[in-house]
Amino acid sequence: MIYARRAWIVLWKDFLSERRSKETLNALFFFALLLLFLFQFALGADRERLTAALPGLLWLGFILSGLVGLGRAFLAERENDCWEGLVMMPGDKSAIYLGKVAGNLVLMVLVEAILLVLFAVFFNIDLATHLIRLTAVIGLGTIGFAAVGTLFAAMTAHVRARELLFPVLLLPVQVPVLLGAVKATEAVLRGEPLDTVAHWLGLLAAADAIYLTVGVLTFDAILEA
Amino acid sequence: MALDPPIQVIGLRKAFGAHVVLDDVSLEVRPGEAVALLGANGAGKTTLLRILATLLRPSRGTARVAGYDCLRETAEVRAHVGLLAHGAWVYEDLTPFENLRFWATLGGLPRSREALGGALAAVELDRVADERVRTFSLGMKRRLALARFVLARPSVLLLDEPFAGIDQRAGKWLDGHLGAFKAAGGALLMTTHSFGRGLPVADRMAVLAAGRVALDTPLGALTPDDVRRLYELHAEDGP
Repeated sequence: MIYARRAWIVLWKDFLSERRSKETLNALFFFALLLLFLFQFALGADRERLTAALPGLLWLGFILSGLVGLGRAFLAERENDCWEGLVMMPGDKSAIYLGKVAGNLVLMVLVEAILLVLFAVFFNIDLATHLIRLTAVIGLGTIGFAAVGTLFAAMTAHVRARELLFPVLLLPVQVPVLLGAVKATEAVLRGEPLDTVAHWLGLLAAADAIYLTVGVLTFDAILEA
Repeated sequence: MALDPPIQVIGLRKAFGAHVVLDDVSLEVRPGEAVALLGANGAGKTTLLRILATLLRPSRGTARVAGYDCLRETAEVRAHVGLLAHGAWVYEDLTPFENLRFWATLGGLPRSREALGGALAAVELDRVADERVRTFSLGMKRRLALARFVLARPSVLLLDEPFAGIDQRAGKWLDGHLGAFKAAGGALLMTTHSFGRGLPVADRMAVLAAGRVALDTPLGALTPDDVRRLYELHAEDGP
């Protein structure tokens, strides 16, 4: 109960701060819009090419906007020595990690929802028929991305070249998530049932579990380092 | 354990690579006592505070807070210590009430509306409890940090230049607040660059120079000018 309360207060703090400043959400929204314009220019009106590239583009949009969002995940903690405050708090610090992951997850899901709507409008695609299956795939992929992204954001928070180092470290680790998510999204958009991509969904679930476990076990050491 | 001084530093050394910041530093602060730590920039004042707050590991020697070892018993030390660093641990987009609620929940402190309101009233921030901290002056942010200590009731306060950047009125208020903490038996170690401000609340001053305690003397009836002269005699350069 106390553990959950501690995780919740971190999520509540991040949500409240973002609701008031809207710094990250505004930036991500315009970034997503810009990406879609670029994709539109790159692919043109060729329907066949678009259908083949759509799952990859969708995840490219999620990953790029996620990188921008996650890169700012510990910005508030770097101000006013709040990081030190977190270090000196008693109890299991993994609650702070899970609160942070939840906050990043909420933010990423918001941006992904906006991106999905924009994709549907820009490329005239009917996503509504696949919405439930698509949500399941995107949810699984996003959890893994947020879990390991939060951990790497914490690891690089005090590094001088963090803007460079963060994606360089994060993207190779994200390969299983990206692979599983793109393949499963491709199948969903083709109208295939989820059973046909059960192995990819299994990979996503396993990656989520591993990343979250690693985060919970190592966050204390990362915070103290 | 009860006989241990709240702050005890013996033969402490801290080096960052080849650069030795603290070398054989020994210092003690007794219950109800305040010690002002003076020294030039880079003399190691903040490093000493950070070791005592368990944020840095010493290279050699012993640092103990409330009888607990700062290296091996970090959880116990953290439970007894209140650290006021430069940043004051405040989230700019939250209100004082929300900031306090956040730290109280994480720290396992009383977090009822009455308790948080009472702590804010104790530092005279109750009237701005619902305003965003972003609009606050440095002095107000420091007071918000002190509100945490009202809830946590630490027996040891470590303050890093608490009087820097705050006006006369806020300085007087802080003097009074720290005086009350001391009178209640708390031990206080604070770094300062000023010969006037902060010293009225201190019982002793220690000057750090070349990584060592060059002077450790009761302040007694010393005037700010006496303190300046002593400082200039023992420190490497002026503040």
